[in-house]
Amino acid sequence: MRVRIDGVSVVIDDTTILGGVDLVAEASAITGVIGPNGSGKSTLLRCVYRALKPTTGAVHIGQDDVWRSSARQAGLRTAVVAQDHDLDNDYSVHEIVTMGRNPHKGVLDRETTADRAIVDRALERVRMDWAAHRVFATLSGGERQRVLVARALTQETPVLLLDEPTNHLDIGAQLELLDLVRELGLTTIAALHDLNHATAYCDRLLLLHAGRAVAEGTPAEVLDADRVAAVFGVRSAVVPHPLTGRPHFVTASITGSAEEEVPSDPTSTGRR
Amino acid sequence: MRPTARSSPHLVSGTGFAVLVVALVAALVAATAFAIGVGTVDVPVGRVVAVVWSHLSGGTAVQDPLTDQIVWEFRTPRVLLAALAGSGLSLAGVCLQTLVRNPLADPYLFGVSAGASLGAVIALTSGVGLVAGLGVAGAAFAGSLISLVVVFVMAQRGGRLIGSSLVLAGVAVAYLGTAITSYIQLQANPAELRGVMFWLLGSVAGASWDDLGVLAAATAVTAIWLTTQGRSMNALSVGDDTAAGLGVDVHRLRVLLLVAASLLTAAVVSVAGGIGFVGLIVPHAVRLVVGPDHRKVFPVSLLAGAVFLVLVDLVTRTVDRPNEVPIGIFTAALGAPFFLALLRRRKRALR
Repeated sequence: MRVRIDGVSVVIDDTTILGGVDLVAEASAITGVIGPNGSGKSTLLRCVYRALKPTTGAVHIGQDDVWRSSARQAGLRTAVVAQDHDLDNDYSVHEIVTMGRNPHKGVLDRETTADRAIVDRALERVRMDWAAHRVFATLSGGERQRVLVARALTQETPVLLLDEPTNHLDIGAQLELLDLVRELGLTTIAALHDLNHATAYCDRLLLLHAGRAVAEGTPAEVLDADRVAAVFGVRSAVVPHPLTGRPHFVTASITGSAEEEVPSDPTSTGRR
Repeated sequence: MRPTARSSPHLVSGTGFAVLVVALVAALVAATAFAIGVGTVDVPVGRVVAVVWSHLSGGTAVQDPLTDQIVWEFRTPRVLLAALAGSGLSLAGVCLQTLVRNPLADPYLFGVSAGASLGAVIALTSGVGLVAGLGVAGAAFAGSLISLVVVFVMAQRGGRLIGSSLVLAGVAVAYLGTAITSYIQLQANPAELRGVMFWLLGSVAGASWDDLGVLAAATAVTAIWLTTQGRSMNALSVGDDTAAGLGVDVHRLRVLLLVAASLLTAAVVSVAGGIGFVGLIVPHAVRLVVGPDHRKVFPVSLLAGAVFLVLVDLVTRTVDRPNEVPIGIFTAALGAPFFLALLRRRKRALR
């Protein structure tokens, strides 16, 4: 299911957090939202999953306007792996994942055998079934993220939203999580920090800077060295990955001294 | 390979939960009957049951008038008030702790009870005028509503309630109310002062049937509504954004929870005074036993809060007979050690 963001802006206390962003996330594709800290990545996602009402603009999922339908409807269309998960409680992994069934249940409904089967399958899918009866807060960071993806799966939504899903994960766990997301094949919008993850896993990228869309397109179109220098303030170059041969981003500080420079490197173009 | 846990990590789950609920209902009935019997004149449990039954069934009084009066007019309303206050404060505590995701939240942190105390103390000491006309309970209720409105206005930004602002505004309003209350106490004459002190520390003594109606209705309505909100509150208790992603209208739920908890607290405080600690500790103790799922936490808190306060009230009137000790002193003295023992168990379980 396609997600269309039209001219979304968010103004809080006279500060413009997002200034008129447009984006179309195609069905079954992974769309990456990249940009420096504070560029508005999370805010944009929050407008899509109905946590924050845009000051102007609209978000459509399929044909439906997110902000003209109910909160529960949103829970049936978008599943979120957010950044704000509280750990000061003793929910078991099973209880956390079962919450994904909430939008499907009436206020007095109990979980059925079918619900429990969905929860079990989701936990198996992320290889966390062994931890069903562990306390969520006692798991490692990577395990917790996988459990949250399992909860998103139990929501059985066409759209998956990920807000910096690889934060605080070791490198192995980061790649494992992103591989899993790609396997799922859902319409995915992910706010990402690592430019190489963005190039390797995303079909399309949206580059945000200070609340505005700077570029939108395929990773190769969006991440050119001059633009990266302007937005992130780093020098960069694209080299072939020694193991996979795919384009790989290497970066260096913009204030780096001259003797670090490889004089004959033709790809280093980002220096101002 | 990691060890695979085969069953729920919570102390009580599955059929154990049903057993716990049944046991608490039985404990509440037994504690109530026993507590009605104990006092300056002891009445055997069998006669308590007979008197209560004769009133409930509308039959003729089978007991002597004195026993009948003691049991039905004095003791029963008192014990029921203790039970309702315990339930109401516990439910309000669950709501507020989830609302702000702060383990220290309780009905007394939000300025509601300070406002109620101020209203009550003005009514107790002024003797004339508009406030006195409301009566102590009416003035307490008015005071709590005024403080609620102030906290509400201070803690919202652009129509959204901010959790941390809610705690801070509540604490500030509570201190302000307490300051004014203290000043009025200093001006009060010694006769009034004893009444004020007793009220501030909370008491279910002297309860009559008339005191129970509003509180019973408030507790029942809130309890029924909360039964429908368990899933949403589970989602809210792990995070605002997560809850929104799970289809919860976070802002609306916050407002409703704050209003429900405040009205419940106001209803308790206006008839029973400032009974502290129950609303803070009962929900935590319950979570340590059944886990954090609100669909289990609500019914168990409702029952456990009632049993706890009925028993505490029993202690307050038997420990120093024939004198009575304010109930607020014993809620903490008896509750804290029990709670610390549970907390120790949790630390072991999380390892």
